[in-house]
Amino acid sequence: MTTQTVSTAAPARAEALKAALCALVVGAALVFTTGFAMPDVLHNAAHDTRHALSFPCH
Amino acid sequence: MLNRIFWVCLLAGLIAGVLVAVVQGFTTTPLIIAAESYEGAPAEIAPHDHASAEAAATPHHHGADAVAEVGHSHDPEAWMPADGLERTLSTALSTIVTAIGFALILVAAMTVAGETITPRTATAWAVGGFLATGLAPALGLPPELPGASAAAVEARQIWWFGTVLATGFGLYLVARAPSLVSRAIGAALLVGPHVIGAPHPPVMESPVPAELAAQFASASLVVSAVLWLSIGAAVGMLWHRGEPRLAAA
Repeated sequence: MTTQTVSTAAPARAEALKAALCALVVGAALVFTTGFAMPDVLHNAAHDTRHALSFPCH
Repeated sequence: MLNRIFWVCLLAGLIAGVLVAVVQGFTTTPLIIAAESYEGAPAEIAPHDHASAEAAATPHHHGADAVAEVGHSHDPEAWMPADGLERTLSTALSTIVTAIGFALILVAAMTVAGETITPRTATAWAVGGFLATGLAPALGLPPELPGASAAAVEARQIWWFGTVLATGFGLYLVARAPSLVSRAIGAALLVGPHVIGAPHPPVMESPVPAELAAQFASASLVVSAVLWLSIGAAVGMLWHRGEPRLAAA
């Protein structure tokens, strides 16, 4: 009984962790683009958002 | 699982982002535009006076950088949204993208922690998100208006990022760690960034009126809180809506 629970829960947990890692990478990339990226075009487009959400801007 | 995370976060980010873009339009953006009219005013030249005895004794690299930062070292030729509709849409889009990013990080953190996602838990974790990215960094680096004097942007970004990470982990340990020792480590992580201290210019000076800056600091914290709370509520509700269908499948 216990063995069965572990054998079905473990792959589900592994899948959840993999999905979480993907979400974390994409989420961090999006926040980096709007909040941190240096290129002037990105900076200018996100300027007011950076200030409003108190990302260090310029 | 991955599909579900992305759909929930995309929708939640869109809802929260649009809501906050409207709030920004009435609160922070008018203050930013008002502050821009002071940029380039005489006060930004004043920091040169500080290359005095104190600065000579201990070289303040930050001081020089701060002056450059205040003076906008950006390429004036680069595309910039025109004031009005273009600027509003550009800001709204940036806010929506940031909200989707925050939502993804929120769900990722909750999943790694093994937390069940409900409207209540997602909102509680979102409060943590606000404390980590809004409140804690604001203690060292108050939300600033264009034209305010500040240390080099890279140094501030590093401190900001470090503070967000330390506060996030610290909050988790304090709230969830089973042992007293790990909770104490959590508390140290919460305090650490502020003991180290945020990078500041040697002298705080700004052509922007203090009243405007103060108003902006509080408005910015409110905008940040509204963003996180609406992300948390939206993620929780959208995730919850998917539960019966998944259970039936």
